[in-house]
Amino acid sequence: MKKTILVCCGPGCIAHKSLDVAASFQEQIASLNMDIAVETIIKQTGCHGLCSQGPLIRIMPDDISYYRVRPKDTEEILRSLDKAPVERLLYRDTTGANIKSQHRNPFYAPQQKLALRNVGEIDPQNIDDYKARGGYAALSKALTMAPGDIITEVEKSGLRGRGGAGFPTGLKWRIAAGYNNFPKYIILNGDEGDPGAFMDRSIMEGDPHGVLEGMIICALAIGATEGYLYIRDEYALSLKIMKQALADAENAGILGDSILGSTQSLHLNLVRGGGAFVCGETTAMIESIEGSIGEPRAAFVYPTEQGLWNQPTVINNVETFINIPLIIRDGGNRFTQTGTAKSKGTKVFSLAGKVHHSGLVEVPMGTPLRKIIFDIGGGVLGKHQFKAVQTGGPSGGSLPESLLDVPVDFDTLLDHGSMMGSGGMIVMDERTCMVELARYNVEFLAAESCGACVPCREGLRALLSILTRISAGKGELKDLEIIKNICEVLTHTSRCGLGKTAANPVLSTMKYFFEEYEEHITHKQCRANVCKMPDTGGAKNKKNNRMENGTKSNRMENGAKSSMENKNSTDTMNSTNTTNSDMGVAQCK
Amino acid sequence: MILSQEKLLGLLQKYPPEKQHTLAVFQDIQQECGYLPKEHIIEAAQYLKTPLSQAYAMATFYRSFSLTPRGKYVIKVCDGTACHIKNIHEMRDTLARILDIDAGNTDKDGLFTLETVSCLGACSIAPVMQINDEYFGSLTVEKIYDILAKFYEVESYEKERSEV
Repeated sequence: MKKTILVCCGPGCIAHKSLDVAASFQEQIASLNMDIAVETIIKQTGCHGLCSQGPLIRIMPDDISYYRVRPKDTEEILRSLDKAPVERLLYRDTTGANIKSQHRNPFYAPQQKLALRNVGEIDPQNIDDYKARGGYAALSKALTMAPGDIITEVEKSGLRGRGGAGFPTGLKWRIAAGYNNFPKYIILNGDEGDPGAFMDRSIMEGDPHGVLEGMIICALAIGATEGYLYIRDEYALSLKIMKQALADAENAGILGDSILGSTQSLHLNLVRGGGAFVCGETTAMIESIEGSIGEPRAAFVYPTEQGLWNQPTVINNVETFINIPLIIRDGGNRFTQTGTAKSKGTKVFSLAGKVHHSGLVEVPMGTPLRKIIFDIGGGVLGKHQFKAVQTGGPSGGSLPESLLDVPVDFDTLLDHGSMMGSGGMIVMDERTCMVELARYNVEFLAAESCGACVPCREGLRALLSILTRISAGKGELKDLEIIKNICEVLTHTSRCGLGKTAANPVLSTMKYFFEEYEEHITHKQCRANVCKMPDTGGAKNKKNNRMENGTKSNRMENGAKSSMENKNSTDTMNSTNTTNSDMGVAQCK
Repeated sequence: MILSQEKLLGLLQKYPPEKQHTLAVFQDIQQECGYLPKEHIIEAAQYLKTPLSQAYAMATFYRSFSLTPRGKYVIKVCDGTACHIKNIHEMRDTLARILDIDAGNTDKDGLFTLETVSCLGACSIAPVMQINDEYFGSLTVEKIYDILAKFYEVESYEKERSEV
């Protein structure tokens, strides 16, 4: 009997020494060779998902998942292969029962893996492994289709770009295909720069050929013969695996002068990003590939018409491309069966922060936040209270508990002042200060602003200085009005998405956590004890506040006091607002 | 470390002399030297037929380049959102105190460079840092001491060996 041991070698598990585990398996197999009855293959795969419990391994075909495996456990695991599983390494649920199969683990059970269909299942550095799971079959099918029909399927699927903006992919391709101007280019956006996001790297590192297959199908559809993979330089592993995949695909006759023996050709080049967040923006990325600094172009002409070297260009995100082979293989209609009315398919999130199970999660569009955070994520770490979840990275927004039942899709998140972004999801408990979080996000965006347009460069700088002042307990009520004005200018007049969305972290925290701004300004208090306040000592007394003064009665007293004061100050402000309609404070509430 | 003329030429000639390869050439130089020496920027610009001003703009715009020599070990402390809310600043301050440098600088022995980066993409093991290619996750202040102690141990061992 043959067994396969899948050892997760995603970044989380590697940090937990999963490479040592894989090596130990190999050593043990060599030394136990005569001794064990089953033939065993070790595969180093991409991310299995539940990174916080790594290193993870999975034994197939029995579907046994082990967690927190150490090199010293490998012999016992090998010896158990034809016997009962090693109980102590299984997942234990809240009732104390051991769970053998991944599908019954509460982290995995509600998930639906479309984009991640191969991630964690195959050896990413082995093209035959990909083919054995039906890889490149969609490409063969696409080669028999007319380019227009490929695009029709993508249009039917309702697939929207997974990079954040949610532009319909089929429409983008249709526009680019419509220009009779050659050569045309395709670009893979693998410059995952948002803090808190690791979906794209997990896909590139776990299923590189799936990404390539999606790209090649796109090239066939729009008539591109050359393309680029733009990947962050920080992602050494992604670069290594994609480079290997490119070479393997060329050797297998899948890429190059003749795609699978057809008359179509496609050449792909790898470009390492330079560590600039703004290069995730389409036109900035084009500038960067051309060998310039990554300043976005003014959006009068779209890249689909004049992109790379002013030729028609399609740029799609990693997760967008990985969905393409599925759509072509099963047809666009099948894809629409998952998701909501306007957002089809699934979305991969990287769930992190103060949550019990952090890792890579894929759920149908429309899944409520509560299900993702509490069912899949297992709720907030320790005995702490949920406070907020930030979606969409630093340019997304933070949503409070009252919005946890909102279905997650492109449009509902926008309606509530946040956005899908590329899929980072950070859970926060009561120990995070929302004012400081806004300041932190703005600090990041101000540092990453390329400086080409004034609203973004100067607006973010001004916002940062005001938020820094407020979080140091030196804010004034009129600051809130100024913030609102700056945010409006930023949103409407910035050149690219970085500036246009930069107000989200500020406006959303002002909308949902206004009382914290108020406390910082009026009472010089930070309820999370994060900000250093001039009078009370704030973070300086952090330990004392939490451990000694933080007794129940004391806290309640403080809480009651500040909420009473809040009420008073709100009343005052409301009355001010009636006399000065431009005040803006009450509107923010 | 500055490359010999021959080695630099070998590195440049891997790419056609076109502006579009500036990023790649700089990345290779940085990988070899640990930073971008001024001489090499000048020569690369000439080779790539790019005005020096534009080459310099590239070298300063992209965050991954350094214009000053870096240490043997580059410590990248992640300041992504997940790390931020898990108090990564405490680890950063500890590192800064031990190494006696601020973020962005190299210690006096040229051994460690301390940098903060916006996100290492390993949020599920936050707070996290990277030393050269190795990730260190779920950090605590105590762990920082242990990790650095190991590096110092290796260094003093190697130093002793080279002296013998």
